[in-house]
Amino acid sequence: MSTTAHPVPDFTAPSFTALADDALLLQWGQQMDPIINARVHALVARIRRDSPAWLRDCVPAYASLAIFFDIIALGADAHHQVQTYVAGLLRDDASAAAAPTRSAVVRIPVCYHPSLAPDLETSAQALDMSVEELIERHSQADYRVAMIGFAPGFPYLSGLPENLALPRLATPRARVEAGSVAIGGNQTGIYPLAGPGGWRILGRTPLRLFDPRRQPPSLLVAGNQVRFVAISLAEFQQHKEAL
Amino acid sequence: MSHWKVLAPGFMSSLQDRGRHAYRHLGIARSGALDWDAAWLANRLLNNARDACVLEITLQGPRLRLPAAAWIAVTGAPIQLCWRDITLPMNRPILVPAGELSLRGVGQGLRSYLAVRGGFQATTTMGSRSTDLRAGFGGIDGRTLRAGDQLPVGPQPAFRGRLPAPTRWWIGDDVDYSLHAKQIRYVPAGDPAPTLHGQRWRSSQRGNRQGLQLDGEPLPGAGASQLSEPVAPGTIQLPPDGLPIVLLADAQTVGGYQRLGHVITADLPLLAQAAPGTELVFQPVTLAEAYDAACLIRQRMVRLDLAIQSRQGPRNTS
Repeated sequence: MSTTAHPVPDFTAPSFTALADDALLLQWGQQMDPIINARVHALVARIRRDSPAWLRDCVPAYASLAIFFDIIALGADAHHQVQTYVAGLLRDDASAAAAPTRSAVVRIPVCYHPSLAPDLETSAQALDMSVEELIERHSQADYRVAMIGFAPGFPYLSGLPENLALPRLATPRARVEAGSVAIGGNQTGIYPLAGPGGWRILGRTPLRLFDPRRQPPSLLVAGNQVRFVAISLAEFQQHKEAL
Repeated sequence: MSHWKVLAPGFMSSLQDRGRHAYRHLGIARSGALDWDAAWLANRLLNNARDACVLEITLQGPRLRLPAAAWIAVTGAPIQLCWRDITLPMNRPILVPAGELSLRGVGQGLRSYLAVRGGFQATTTMGSRSTDLRAGFGGIDGRTLRAGDQLPVGPQPAFRGRLPAPTRWWIGDDVDYSLHAKQIRYVPAGDPAPTLHGQRWRSSQRGNRQGLQLDGEPLPGAGASQLSEPVAPGTIQLPPDGLPIVLLADAQTVGGYQRLGHVITADLPLLAQAAPGTELVFQPVTLAEAYDAACLIRQRMVRLDLAIQSRQGPRNTS
């Protein structure tokens, strides 16, 4: 998962593979490139605006996109038809895809109190900085949701300052609380549901990232810009009670 | 609306329909009945919508108390089905009086399906009544059945009979549920991914609704995980131990393991019934062949539908 030393692939010429009988996968190399990722989100927005009748879902990742379709609507050469459609968009719309529209900034309150942040102190030590400095750097960066995955509503955020990268825990925790904000490698993310996890937990948000009864169920979608706002433990508890 | 009381839950029973199809971009799995062919048949035997909600039963079924008569049908892996002490047949509509319905052990295969006329009336979440076991929503509180649960069931016909009344006709089940070798067709990812068709595999003990793990000679070249990319039900992944995993309906939406290709939609029901130890032989096919296989299944469904409609079913007797 190198972030450097690769030429940026030509966005208009992804590789196309069949992901499933009813899904086509587009790939733009094997790197976490913010420009490629932004273009993937712009392409998704373009396809969703277009909303072809056969479209079931668009699933973006770092440098790839799966397009799920209704195979009965398209017939025998469905993958080829979808490929032709996307290739057409990429050709005609290269300039639009190159300049993605900026999406709204979602502000997420995060409490970095040690009682909610089991890895805060050891992470600061490992990074050779004070806890205050770690909190400041983590909460002042501009992030973008590169993709949603792992669990419903789990955002993989790109934009972590390089000097905050931390290896995953050698042994994942059996239980990470819902709302935990964590660093894994050169990414940061938020656990929407309680469950096992191996990223280093720096804080917790009182917001509910995933609620199946809400529409939409996920607070964030791929492409959103995210800012963390540091809050106190008292504010965290107030916010929790207000929910 | 009436409620069936769960007296004993069985090993792993959950409400499932066709699943969620437009929420993968939010990290939400498809869920839904793993043996879709069997779930479809159970519904159509009762003249239900094809995607009505059914109970998916794994290995050992539940004991249920029916407060009133109901039309039911059970399909999929052969399972002992009893009303009180009377053994009932599978693969046909049965009008059962109020009383205790038991689904016992699955003989061969893994999963059986219980349908009720009108479908189970669980709350619809994101367009589906399916239970998402990993995220904990849908079905009955997002989990497998427990003793004491109440399964919501829609209106049923009045029935004065004192004994269950199965129809005299049934749909013959031509699926081989034994451990004998099954041909599984897949579309290979192509170079440089290793191929699956060089050896015989066995389904392992470690499978669940997320994925079926294969036991065999570990494949070479396994290891390096890559940038996370979208995956789908049917995706064949190669983790570092060299033993492939075929993703099933509950699988997560993105994954970082190497992809070896995908099992065609037509053969996913076979995997749903592959009990641990079942021999699996993977046969490479093209996308065109995958499409033809799906068409054959749809044609079979149309034929079965016509056959069912031509008999006296629930529609005519209620």
